[in-house]
Amino acid sequence: MSLDSATIRRIASLARIRLEEADVGRMQNELNGILGWIEQLQAVNTDGVEPMAGGAPRGEPAMRQRPDAVTDGGQPDQVLANAPDRAHDYFAVPKVVE
Amino acid sequence: MHPTDFTLRGALDALNEGIISSVELTQAHLDAIGKLNPRLNAYITVTGEQALAQAKASDNRRADGGAGPLEGVPLAIKDLFCTAGTRTTAGSKILGNFVPPYESTVSGNLLRDGAVFLGKANLDEFAMGSSNGTSAFGPVENPWSRRNDPDTRLVPGGSSGGSAAAVAARLALGATATDTGGSIRQPAAFCGIAGIKPTYGRCSRFGVVAFASSLDQAGPVARTVEDCAILLKSMSGFDPKDSTSADVPVPDFAAACARGVKGLRIGIPKEYRLDGMPAEIGALWQQGMDWLRAQGAELVDISLPHTKHALPTYYVVAPAEASSNLARYDGVRYGLRQTAADSDLRDLYERTRAAGFGDEVKRRIMIGTYVLSAGYYDAYYLKAQKVRALIRRDFDEAWQKCDAILTPATPSAAFGMDEKQDDPVAMYLNDVFTVTANLAGLPGLAVPAGLSAEGLPLGLQVLGRAFDEETVFAVGTALEHAANFTALPGLRASA
Repeated sequence: MSLDSATIRRIASLARIRLEEADVGRMQNELNGILGWIEQLQAVNTDGVEPMAGGAPRGEPAMRQRPDAVTDGGQPDQVLANAPDRAHDYFAVPKVVE
Repeated sequence: MHPTDFTLRGALDALNEGIISSVELTQAHLDAIGKLNPRLNAYITVTGEQALAQAKASDNRRADGGAGPLEGVPLAIKDLFCTAGTRTTAGSKILGNFVPPYESTVSGNLLRDGAVFLGKANLDEFAMGSSNGTSAFGPVENPWSRRNDPDTRLVPGGSSGGSAAAVAARLALGATATDTGGSIRQPAAFCGIAGIKPTYGRCSRFGVVAFASSLDQAGPVARTVEDCAILLKSMSGFDPKDSTSADVPVPDFAAACARGVKGLRIGIPKEYRLDGMPAEIGALWQQGMDWLRAQGAELVDISLPHTKHALPTYYVVAPAEASSNLARYDGVRYGLRQTAADSDLRDLYERTRAAGFGDEVKRRIMIGTYVLSAGYYDAYYLKAQKVRALIRRDFDEAWQKCDAILTPATPSAAFGMDEKQDDPVAMYLNDVFTVTANLAGLPGLAVPAGLSAEGLPLGLQVLGRAFDEETVFAVGTALEHAANFTALPGLRASA
């Protein structure tokens, strides 16, 4: 299966990466190269196999839930210290609502 | 003896005996960095003043009788670990100005134990790469060169290329690193040093810039197996801030190094004998088997039948998780922001991410976005998770027959900076021997074991059961003693 240029543009849009028209062809070739190689997984028999979703099989060791409690906070200047733009104690972005 | 030539264990002994102070040891390393880093580019940021202040404080603690397990030892920190007040870039333009207000758990553990931080080590952008060639801060050069071709500059491997090059060139006694598909073990092998990726969950991921959360693990690189064991003990431990951190005791890894291999069953997986594998890699592997047998281990043939599917599995799982993790770089809360005059919010996101991410990171985000997108999730991502379960099952069955597994660390020695850069899949094949341990969540150690015909270091890899790093260290030490690897890179502080 091979991705066409419209699909490449759609993936870039989903990923919120601006893709210049001149770069679509190159990206298409590279992704198709990688996906063609990945395709071999389809040949593996995985009938009845439970997917391994984490870095360890389920329950080894068990994941925990922590108490739903506030452990930190009250430091807006630290939180905003790396913000490209701020207004008062908020992150600032271009106007979203007219 | 030049102070930069100490092993970490040797430096601790010298500090304890008053032969050297941490200030002297740290200054010697800073001088070496000043001399060699302009060429090697192993450090992105050097924190000289802070290091000397830490060293002075450390000498005072030692004088007061309060020395920690790593008291006064100068280390490099991969620039993927958040360090409070010190810029942390992940090798990316998008985080080029990021100064974390908090400390990663692993680097905090090292500070707790008395370590001194020399600076932040270079890496592939977001730890995505096998050559350190994707760093936005320029490539790292391997301090080794080919015997008959000394002018060709070689890669140190990746993604922890700066960490490995710094330790090999004597610009640090040890370094932190991370490993998602081989990013500790492959650069360690390429630079002639040791490095261990511990069991998934052994080290906290809190404060480590995330790449693929179910695969990422922190670990040390150092010039001996024992030095790795000492560092790993400090780095490890349960952390409530990481929900996948394992609440299990941290053993004395250094003590386990001396256990020996007598009576251990060492698995030799037939699937790791690749078509077209260079003869010298096969010969080194055989040599490793002979060394272990000579020390009383029993060699056992094992089969890990799903090995050949591991890399394609990885290149579904890792990009999928990366596309999700890297969604946070949006030009709003931290890092780069790129806009045009009329940008709306969406255009801000798209321009920021186009300008801030390099080509390899974009490729992986795109692959990950695709395999997670509606209609393709089951065919790619779920399928890969099922194959991943089979890869883990292969190991579970192998452990019925053996206590540790011996393989080569990499399919070749270090390659030239201009080689393999045009074909992503060719670059991915570097991790063919290492990636299975990440998928299965198991510990893996690379040990320098010999030289290629070109005079470059080659490594062997030891894999172990989950949370049995002790056996891995015992086998690694046995290999290290037999190999007696004393060759030195041409570029090093005391050369």
